[in-house]
Amino acid sequence: MTKEVVLLDLWLSPFGMRVRVALAEKGVEYEYREEDLGNKSQLLLQMNPVHKKIPVLIHNGKPICESLVIVQYIDETWKDKAPLLPSDPYQRAEARFWADYIDKQIYSCGRMLWTTKGEEQDAAKKELKECFKLLEEHLGDRTYFGGDNLGFVDVALISFYSWFYAYETCGNFKMEEWCPKIVSWAKTCMQRESVSKSLVDPLKVCHDFVLPRRKTLGLD
Amino acid sequence: MAEEGVKLYGFWLSPFSRRVELALKIKGVEYEYIEEDLQNKSPELLQYNPIHKKVPVLIHNGKVIVESQVILEYIDETWKENPIMPQDPYERAIARFWAKFIDEKFFPSFRKAILGGETEVEKVIEETKENLKILEKVLEGKNFFGGERIGFVDIVANTIAYWVFLFQEAAEKEILTEEFPILCNWKDKYINHNIIKETLPPKDKSVSFFRARFAQSKASS
Repeated sequence: MTKEVVLLDLWLSPFGMRVRVALAEKGVEYEYREEDLGNKSQLLLQMNPVHKKIPVLIHNGKPICESLVIVQYIDETWKDKAPLLPSDPYQRAEARFWADYIDKQIYSCGRMLWTTKGEEQDAAKKELKECFKLLEEHLGDRTYFGGDNLGFVDVALISFYSWFYAYETCGNFKMEEWCPKIVSWAKTCMQRESVSKSLVDPLKVCHDFVLPRRKTLGLD
Repeated sequence: MAEEGVKLYGFWLSPFSRRVELALKIKGVEYEYIEEDLQNKSPELLQYNPIHKKVPVLIHNGKVIVESQVILEYIDETWKENPIMPQDPYERAIARFWAKFIDEKFFPSFRKAILGGETEVEKVIEETKENLKILEKVLEGKNFFGGERIGFVDIVANTIAYWVFLFQEAAEKEILTEEFPILCNWKDKYINHNIIKETLPPKDKSVSFFRARFAQSKASS
Protein backbone atom coordinates (compact mmCIF):
# COMPACT_ATOMS: atom_id res chain seq x y z
CA MET A 1 0.00 0.00 0.00
CA THR A 2 1.87 3.04 -1.24
CA LYS A 3 -0.75 5.76 -0.93
CA GLU A 4 -1.12 7.43 2.47
CA VAL A 5 -4.94 7.49 2.28
CA VAL A 6 -6.97 4.65 0.81
CA LEU A 7 -10.75 4.39 0.66
CA LEU A 8 -12.45 1.02 0.26
CA ASP A 9 -15.87 1.81 -1.14
CA LEU A 10 -18.77 0.89 -3.40
CA TRP A 11 -19.85 3.29 -6.12
CA LEU A 12 -23.47 3.73 -5.05
CA SER A 13 -23.10 3.53 -1.29
CA PRO A 14 -24.52 6.65 0.37
CA PHE A 15 -22.17 5.92 3.29
CA GLY A 16 -19.15 5.77 1.03
CA MET A 17 -20.14 8.95 -0.78
CA ARG A 18 -20.14 10.85 2.51
CA VAL A 19 -16.49 9.99 2.99
CA ARG A 20 -15.68 11.03 -0.59
CA VAL A 21 -17.33 14.41 -0.01
CA ALA A 22 -15.46 14.93 3.27
CA LEU A 23 -12.08 14.07 1.72
CA ALA A 24 -12.79 16.35 -1.24
CA GLU A 25 -13.81 19.24 1.02
CA LYS A 26 -10.49 18.89 2.81
CA GLY A 27 -8.53 18.57 -0.43
CA VAL A 28 -7.10 15.21 0.63
CA GLU A 29 -5.66 13.03 -2.12
CA TYR A 30 -6.53 9.40 -1.80
CA GLU A 31 -6.66 6.10 -3.61
CA TYR A 32 -10.17 4.89 -4.30
CA ARG A 33 -10.70 1.14 -4.40
CA GLU A 34 -13.99 -0.27 -5.59
CA GLU A 35 -15.11 -3.33 -3.65
CA ASP A 36 -17.16 -6.18 -5.04
CA LEU A 37 -19.41 -7.02 -2.10
CA GLY A 38 -20.10 -10.44 -3.57
CA ASN A 39 -16.37 -11.12 -3.48
CA LYS A 40 -14.84 -9.03 -0.72
CA SER A 41 -11.13 -8.32 -0.92
CA GLN A 42 -8.65 -9.66 1.62
CA LEU A 43 -7.85 -6.06 2.46
CA LEU A 44 -11.46 -5.27 3.35
CA LEU A 45 -11.81 -8.39 5.50
CA GLN A 46 -8.54 -7.58 7.22
CA MET A 47 -9.30 -3.88 7.77
CA ASN A 48 -12.93 -4.32 8.88
CA PRO A 49 -13.12 -7.80 10.38
CA VAL A 50 -16.00 -6.87 12.70
CA HIS A 51 -18.52 -5.68 10.10
CA LYS A 52 -16.83 -6.58 6.77
CA LYS A 53 -18.48 -3.49 5.26
CA ILE A 54 -17.52 -0.42 3.30
CA PRO A 55 -16.60 2.35 3.59
CA VAL A 56 -13.24 1.83 5.25
CA LEU A 57 -10.69 4.62 5.34
CA ILE A 58 -7.11 3.45 5.67
CA HIS A 59 -4.75 6.20 6.81
CA ASN A 60 -1.07 5.31 7.05
CA GLY A 61 -2.07 1.66 7.25
CA LYS A 62 -4.61 2.13 10.07
CA PRO A 63 -8.30 1.46 9.35
CA ILE A 64 -11.24 3.61 10.39
CA CYS A 65 -14.76 2.19 9.88
CA GLU A 66 -18.34 3.49 10.06
CA SER A 67 -18.99 6.47 7.78
CA LEU A 68 -19.84 9.12 10.40
CA VAL A 69 -16.90 8.01 12.55
CA ILE A 70 -14.70 8.35 9.44
CA VAL A 71 -16.06 11.81 8.62
CA GLN A 72 -15.31 13.02 12.15
CA TYR A 73 -11.84 11.50 11.93
CA ILE A 74 -11.24 13.34 8.65
CA ASP A 75 -12.48 16.58 10.22
CA GLU A 76 -10.18 16.21 13.24
CA THR A 77 -7.13 15.08 11.28
CA TRP A 78 -7.21 17.63 8.45
CA LYS A 79 -8.34 20.50 10.57
CA ASP A 80 -6.77 23.41 8.71
CA LYS A 81 -9.36 23.50 5.98
CA ALA A 82 -13.16 23.41 5.67
CA PRO A 83 -14.24 22.53 9.23
CA LEU A 84 -17.25 20.23 9.10
CA LEU A 85 -18.20 20.31 12.78
CA PRO A 86 -18.65 23.70 14.48
CA SER A 87 -16.41 24.59 17.42
CA ASP A 88 -19.21 25.26 19.92
CA PRO A 89 -20.06 22.12 21.95
CA TYR A 90 -23.81 22.69 21.78
CA GLN A 91 -23.80 23.14 18.01
CA ARG A 92 -21.61 20.05 17.72
CA ALA A 93 -24.14 18.09 19.78
CA GLU A 94 -26.95 19.32 17.56
CA ALA A 95 -25.03 18.30 14.42
CA ARG A 96 -24.27 14.85 15.85
CA PHE A 97 -27.92 14.38 16.78
CA TRP A 98 -29.15 15.12 13.26
CA ALA A 99 -26.45 13.04 11.58
CA ASP A 100 -27.45 10.13 13.82
CA TYR A 101 -31.13 10.74 12.96
CA ILE A 102 -30.33 10.66 9.25
CA ASP A 103 -28.34 7.46 9.71
CA LYS A 104 -31.10 5.69 11.57
CA GLN A 105 -34.07 6.88 9.52
CA ILE A 106 -33.25 7.79 5.91
CA TYR A 107 -31.32 4.70 4.91
CA SER A 108 -33.69 2.16 6.45
CA CYS A 109 -36.91 3.88 5.25
CA GLY A 110 -35.43 4.39 1.81
CA ARG A 111 -34.38 0.77 1.63
CA MET A 112 -37.80 -0.40 2.76
CA LEU A 113 -39.31 1.75 0.04
CA TRP A 114 -37.29 0.33 -2.84
CA THR A 115 -37.31 -3.30 -1.69
CA THR A 116 -41.05 -3.68 -1.11
CA LYS A 117 -44.41 -3.01 -2.70
CA GLY A 118 -48.03 -2.54 -1.68
CA GLU A 119 -48.87 -1.83 1.94
CA GLU A 120 -45.31 -2.30 3.18
CA GLN A 121 -44.06 0.21 0.64
CA ASP A 122 -46.84 2.66 1.50
CA ALA A 123 -45.84 2.56 5.16
CA ALA A 124 -42.17 3.15 4.26
CA LYS A 125 -43.16 6.01 1.97
CA LYS A 126 -45.17 7.68 4.72
CA GLU A 127 -42.29 7.37 7.19
CA LEU A 128 -39.71 8.61 4.70
CA LYS A 129 -41.86 11.63 3.92
CA GLU A 130 -42.10 12.48 7.64
CA CYS A 131 -38.31 12.23 7.98
CA PHE A 132 -37.67 14.56 5.08
CA LYS A 133 -40.26 17.04 6.30
CA LEU A 134 -38.60 17.07 9.71
CA LEU A 135 -35.21 17.68 8.10
CA GLU A 136 -36.69 20.43 5.97
CA GLU A 137 -38.06 22.08 9.10
CA HIS A 138 -34.65 21.81 10.74
CA LEU A 139 -32.92 23.33 7.69
CA GLY A 140 -35.25 26.33 7.83
CA ASP A 141 -34.00 29.24 5.75
CA ARG A 142 -30.34 28.34 5.95
CA THR A 143 -28.26 27.67 2.85
CA TYR A 144 -26.69 24.62 4.44
CA PHE A 145 -27.41 22.71 7.65
CA GLY A 146 -23.93 23.92 8.57
CA GLY A 147 -25.03 27.54 8.11
CA ASP A 148 -22.98 29.43 5.52
CA ASN A 149 -20.83 26.45 4.74
CA LEU A 150 -21.17 22.74 4.18
CA GLY A 151 -21.12 20.97 7.55
CA PHE A 152 -21.39 17.57 9.17
CA VAL A 153 -25.15 17.22 8.68
CA ASP A 154 -24.90 18.31 5.03
CA VAL A 155 -22.27 15.63 4.45
CA ALA A 156 -24.41 13.03 6.25
CA LEU A 157 -27.47 13.76 4.11
CA ILE A 158 -26.24 14.86 0.68
CA SER A 159 -25.11 11.40 -0.44
CA PHE A 160 -28.75 10.28 -0.41
CA TYR A 161 -29.36 12.76 -3.23
CA SER A 162 -27.97 10.09 -5.56
CA TRP A 163 -30.84 7.91 -4.39
CA PHE A 164 -33.69 10.46 -4.64
CA TYR A 165 -34.55 9.51 -8.22
CA ALA A 166 -34.61 5.81 -7.34
CA TYR A 167 -36.91 6.50 -4.36
CA GLU A 168 -39.19 8.65 -6.55
CA THR A 169 -39.36 6.07 -9.30
CA CYS A 170 -40.07 3.14 -6.99
CA GLY A 171 -42.49 5.04 -4.79
CA ASN A 172 -44.16 7.05 -7.52
CA PHE A 173 -43.81 10.49 -5.95
CA LYS A 174 -41.75 13.63 -6.37
CA MET A 175 -39.29 14.86 -3.72
CA GLU A 176 -40.00 18.36 -5.04
CA GLU A 177 -43.58 18.03 -3.82
CA TRP A 178 -42.66 16.50 -0.48
CA CYS A 179 -39.81 18.81 0.50
CA PRO A 180 -38.92 21.53 -2.03
CA LYS A 181 -36.43 23.16 0.34
CA ILE A 182 -34.47 19.92 0.67
CA VAL A 183 -34.36 19.57 -3.11
CA SER A 184 -33.13 23.12 -3.50
CA TRP A 185 -30.57 22.57 -0.72
CA ALA A 186 -29.30 19.46 -2.55
CA LYS A 187 -28.93 21.43 -5.79
CA THR A 188 -26.96 24.10 -3.93
CA CYS A 189 -24.64 21.41 -2.53
CA MET A 190 -24.23 19.92 -5.99
CA GLN A 191 -22.79 23.22 -7.20
CA ARG A 192 -19.73 22.46 -5.11
CA GLU A 193 -17.15 20.37 -6.89
CA SER A 194 -16.47 18.36 -3.73
CA VAL A 195 -20.06 17.14 -3.89
CA SER A 196 -20.66 16.86 -7.65
CA LYS A 197 -17.45 14.88 -8.15
CA SER A 198 -18.16 12.56 -5.20
CA LEU A 199 -21.79 11.68 -5.84
CA VAL A 200 -22.88 9.23 -8.51
CA ASP A 201 -25.49 9.87 -11.19
CA PRO A 202 -28.97 9.28 -9.71
CA LEU A 203 -30.15 7.82 -13.03
CA LYS A 204 -27.41 5.21 -12.91
CA VAL A 205 -28.35 4.22 -9.35
CA CYS A 206 -31.95 3.77 -10.46
CA HIS A 207 -31.52 2.14 -13.85
CA ASP A 208 -28.32 0.16 -13.34
CA PHE A 209 -29.01 -1.12 -9.85
CA VAL A 210 -32.38 -0.49 -8.19
CA LEU A 211 -34.81 -1.36 -11.00
CA PRO A 212 -32.96 -4.53 -12.06
CA ARG A 213 -32.76 -5.56 -8.38
CA ARG A 214 -36.51 -5.01 -7.95
CA LYS A 215 -37.09 -7.25 -10.96
CA THR A 216 -34.90 -9.97 -9.44
CA LEU A 217 -36.84 -9.66 -6.18
CA GLY A 218 -40.04 -10.10 -8.15
CA LEU A 219 -41.43 -6.73 -7.21
CA ASP A 220 -42.12 -5.28 -10.65
CA MET B 1 -20.08 29.38 35.97
CA ALA B 2 -20.37 26.29 33.85
CA GLU B 3 -22.39 24.41 36.46
CA GLU B 4 -25.31 26.82 36.24
CA GLY B 5 -28.57 25.26 35.18
CA VAL B 6 -27.69 21.60 34.60
CA LYS B 7 -30.77 19.39 34.62
CA LEU B 8 -31.03 15.74 33.73
CA TYR B 9 -34.29 13.97 32.91
CA GLY B 10 -33.76 10.27 33.47
CA PHE B 11 -35.19 6.95 34.54
CA TRP B 12 -33.67 5.05 37.45
CA LEU B 13 -33.35 1.82 35.49
CA SER B 14 -32.24 3.24 32.14
CA PRO B 15 -28.57 2.50 31.41
CA PHE B 16 -28.65 5.41 28.97
CA SER B 17 -29.59 8.00 31.56
CA ARG B 18 -27.28 6.36 34.14
CA ARG B 19 -24.40 6.85 31.68
CA VAL B 20 -24.99 10.57 31.66
CA GLU B 21 -25.04 10.64 35.47
CA LEU B 22 -21.73 8.79 35.47
CA ALA B 23 -20.15 11.32 33.11
CA LEU B 24 -21.42 14.26 35.18
CA LYS B 25 -20.05 12.67 38.37
CA ILE B 26 -16.66 11.99 36.75
CA LYS B 27 -16.51 15.67 35.83
CA GLY B 28 -17.71 16.78 39.27
CA VAL B 29 -20.65 18.67 37.77
CA GLU B 30 -23.60 19.36 40.03
CA TYR B 31 -26.97 18.80 38.46
CA GLU B 32 -30.66 18.61 39.21
CA TYR B 33 -32.11 15.17 38.52
CA ILE B 34 -35.69 14.72 37.44
CA GLU B 35 -37.09 11.18 37.49
CA GLU B 36 -39.41 10.41 34.59
CA ASP B 37 -42.26 7.94 34.73
CA LEU B 38 -41.87 6.34 31.32
CA GLN B 39 -45.44 5.06 31.40
CA ASN B 40 -46.62 8.62 31.91
CA LYS B 41 -44.11 10.97 30.30
CA SER B 42 -44.06 14.54 31.52
CA PRO B 43 -45.03 17.39 29.18
CA GLU B 44 -41.50 18.75 29.70
CA LEU B 45 -39.92 15.56 28.35
CA LEU B 46 -42.20 15.53 25.31
CA GLN B 47 -41.41 19.18 24.70
CA TYR B 48 -37.63 18.74 25.04
CA ASN B 49 -37.39 15.52 23.04
CA PRO B 50 -40.32 15.58 20.62
CA ILE B 51 -38.62 13.36 18.04
CA HIS B 52 -37.64 10.39 20.19
CA LYS B 53 -39.64 11.11 23.39
CA LYS B 54 -36.96 9.34 25.44
CA VAL B 55 -34.63 9.82 28.37
CA PRO B 56 -31.94 10.94 28.94
CA VAL B 57 -32.39 14.63 28.21
CA LEU B 58 -29.74 17.05 29.40
CA ILE B 59 -30.55 20.71 29.79
CA HIS B 60 -27.61 23.08 30.20
CA ASN B 61 -28.18 26.82 30.41
CA GLY B 62 -31.51 26.32 28.67
CA LYS B 63 -30.04 24.26 25.81
CA VAL B 64 -31.40 20.76 25.20
CA ILE B 65 -29.19 17.82 24.31
CA VAL B 66 -30.52 14.29 23.67
CA GLU B 67 -29.13 10.84 22.73
CA SER B 68 -26.80 9.48 25.40
CA GLN B 69 -23.61 9.25 23.30
CA VAL B 70 -24.17 12.78 21.97
CA ILE B 71 -24.68 13.99 25.54
CA LEU B 72 -21.48 12.25 26.70
CA GLU B 73 -19.41 14.04 24.05
CA TYR B 74 -21.11 17.33 24.91
CA ILE B 75 -20.25 16.88 28.59
CA ASP B 76 -16.65 16.03 27.71
CA GLU B 77 -16.27 19.11 25.49
CA THR B 78 -17.95 21.49 27.94
CA TRP B 79 -16.23 20.43 31.18
CA LYS B 80 -12.64 19.72 30.30
CA GLU B 81 -11.29 18.16 33.53
CA ASN B 82 -11.01 14.37 33.73
CA PRO B 83 -11.32 13.78 29.98
CA ILE B 84 -13.58 10.97 28.82
CA MET B 85 -12.57 10.84 25.14
CA PRO B 86 -8.98 10.28 24.05
CA GLN B 87 -7.11 13.24 22.55
CA ASP B 88 -5.69 11.58 19.45
CA PRO B 89 -8.09 11.57 16.42
CA TYR B 90 -7.40 7.91 15.64
CA GLU B 91 -8.00 6.81 19.23
CA ARG B 92 -11.20 8.88 19.23
CA ALA B 93 -12.37 7.13 16.05
CA ILE B 94 -11.69 3.75 17.67
CA ALA B 95 -13.63 4.77 20.80
CA ARG B 96 -16.61 5.96 18.74
CA PHE B 97 -16.50 2.74 16.70
CA TRP B 98 -16.69 0.50 19.77
CA ALA B 99 -19.36 2.63 21.44
CA LYS B 100 -21.48 2.26 18.30
CA PHE B 101 -20.80 -1.47 18.22
CA ILE B 102 -21.92 -1.91 21.83
CA ASP B 103 -25.15 0.06 21.40
CA GLU B 104 -26.11 -0.97 17.86
CA LYS B 105 -24.80 -4.52 17.58
CA PHE B 106 -23.96 -6.08 20.93
CA PHE B 107 -26.81 -5.00 23.22
CA PRO B 108 -29.63 -5.57 20.68
CA SER B 109 -28.24 -9.07 19.94
CA PHE B 110 -27.97 -9.77 23.66
CA ARG B 111 -31.55 -8.63 24.34
CA LYS B 112 -32.86 -10.83 21.54
CA ALA B 113 -30.84 -13.79 22.83
CA ILE B 114 -32.12 -13.36 26.39
CA LEU B 115 -35.74 -12.60 25.54
CA GLY B 116 -36.11 -14.43 22.24
CA GLY B 117 -38.78 -16.94 21.48
CA GLU B 118 -37.84 -20.48 20.55
CA THR B 119 -37.26 -20.04 16.80
CA GLU B 120 -33.76 -19.02 15.76
CA VAL B 121 -32.73 -18.27 19.34
CA GLU B 122 -29.66 -20.54 19.03
CA LYS B 123 -28.45 -18.44 16.13
CA VAL B 124 -28.86 -15.21 18.09
CA ILE B 125 -27.09 -16.66 21.13
CA GLU B 126 -24.20 -17.64 18.86
CA GLU B 127 -24.11 -14.13 17.40
CA THR B 128 -24.09 -12.61 20.90
CA LYS B 129 -21.21 -14.85 21.97
CA GLU B 130 -19.28 -13.84 18.84
CA ASN B 131 -19.82 -10.21 19.79
CA LEU B 132 -18.58 -10.96 23.32
CA LYS B 133 -15.46 -12.63 21.93
CA ILE B 134 -14.80 -9.49 19.87
CA LEU B 135 -15.15 -7.31 22.97
CA GLU B 136 -12.85 -9.61 24.99
CA LYS B 137 -10.17 -9.08 22.38
CA VAL B 138 -10.56 -5.29 22.56
CA LEU B 139 -10.08 -5.37 26.32
CA GLU B 140 -7.08 -7.72 26.28
CA GLY B 141 -4.08 -6.32 28.14
CA LYS B 142 -5.98 -3.26 29.34
CA ASN B 143 -7.35 -2.25 32.68
CA PHE B 144 -10.42 -0.67 31.11
CA PHE B 145 -11.56 -0.01 27.53
CA GLY B 146 -10.18 3.49 28.07
CA GLY B 147 -6.77 2.13 29.10
CA GLU B 148 -5.59 2.82 32.61
CA ARG B 149 -8.75 4.72 33.51
CA ILE B 150 -12.38 4.52 32.46
CA GLY B 151 -13.21 6.31 29.25
CA PHE B 152 -16.00 6.82 26.74
CA VAL B 153 -16.34 3.15 25.83
CA ASP B 154 -16.41 2.06 29.48
CA ILE B 155 -19.22 4.52 30.19
CA VAL B 156 -21.21 3.24 27.20
CA ALA B 157 -20.41 -0.34 28.26
CA ASN B 158 -22.40 0.06 31.49
CA THR B 159 -24.96 -2.10 29.71
CA ILE B 160 -22.42 -4.93 29.54
CA ALA B 161 -21.03 -4.58 33.05
CA TYR B 162 -24.33 -4.35 34.87
CA TRP B 163 -27.52 -4.57 32.82
CA VAL B 164 -26.44 -7.81 31.12
CA PHE B 165 -26.26 -9.41 34.56
CA LEU B 166 -29.61 -7.95 35.66
CA PHE B 167 -31.22 -9.39 32.52
CA GLN B 168 -29.51 -12.73 33.03
CA GLU B 169 -30.75 -13.02 36.60
CA ALA B 170 -34.28 -11.93 35.69
CA ALA B 171 -34.50 -14.32 32.75
CA GLU B 172 -32.63 -17.12 34.54
CA LYS B 173 -30.44 -17.52 31.51
CA GLU B 174 -26.69 -16.99 31.17
CA ILE B 175 -24.74 -15.87 28.14
CA LEU B 176 -21.92 -13.74 29.54
CA THR B 177 -20.28 -16.27 31.82
CA GLU B 178 -16.79 -17.16 33.06
CA GLU B 179 -16.31 -18.30 29.45
CA PHE B 180 -15.28 -14.64 29.03
CA PRO B 181 -12.71 -14.14 31.81
CA ILE B 182 -11.38 -10.77 30.59
CA LEU B 183 -14.86 -9.23 30.47
CA CYS B 184 -15.76 -10.74 33.85
CA ASN B 185 -12.60 -9.35 35.40
CA TRP B 186 -13.30 -5.90 33.90
CA LYS B 187 -16.87 -6.07 35.12
CA ASP B 188 -15.78 -6.75 38.71
CA LYS B 189 -13.48 -3.72 38.65
CA TYR B 190 -16.20 -1.65 37.00
CA ILE B 191 -19.04 -2.26 39.42
CA ASN B 192 -16.73 -1.68 42.38
CA HIS B 193 -15.27 1.54 41.00
CA ASN B 194 -15.94 4.26 43.55
CA ILE B 195 -17.73 6.63 41.17
CA ILE B 196 -19.45 4.05 38.99
CA LYS B 197 -21.06 2.17 41.84
CA GLU B 198 -23.01 5.30 42.81
CA THR B 199 -24.72 5.21 39.42
CA LEU B 200 -25.86 1.59 39.44
CA PRO B 201 -29.53 1.01 40.26
CA PRO B 202 -30.26 -1.33 43.22
CA LYS B 203 -29.92 -4.94 42.12
CA ASP B 204 -32.95 -6.59 43.71
CA LYS B 205 -35.37 -3.86 42.71
CA SER B 206 -33.97 -3.93 39.16
CA VAL B 207 -34.16 -7.71 38.80
CA SER B 208 -37.76 -7.73 40.07
CA PHE B 209 -38.68 -5.03 37.60
CA PHE B 210 -37.20 -6.94 34.67
CA ARG B 211 -38.64 -10.25 35.85
CA ALA B 212 -42.12 -8.72 35.81
CA ARG B 213 -41.49 -7.07 32.45
CA PHE B 214 -40.28 -10.33 30.87
CA ALA B 215 -43.24 -12.26 32.25
CA GLN B 216 -45.59 -9.62 30.86
CA SER B 217 -44.11 -9.74 27.35
CA LYS B 218 -44.17 -13.57 27.36
CA ALA B 219 -47.83 -13.47 28.37
CA SER B 220 -48.74 -11.06 25.61
CA SER B 221 -46.78 -12.81 22.84
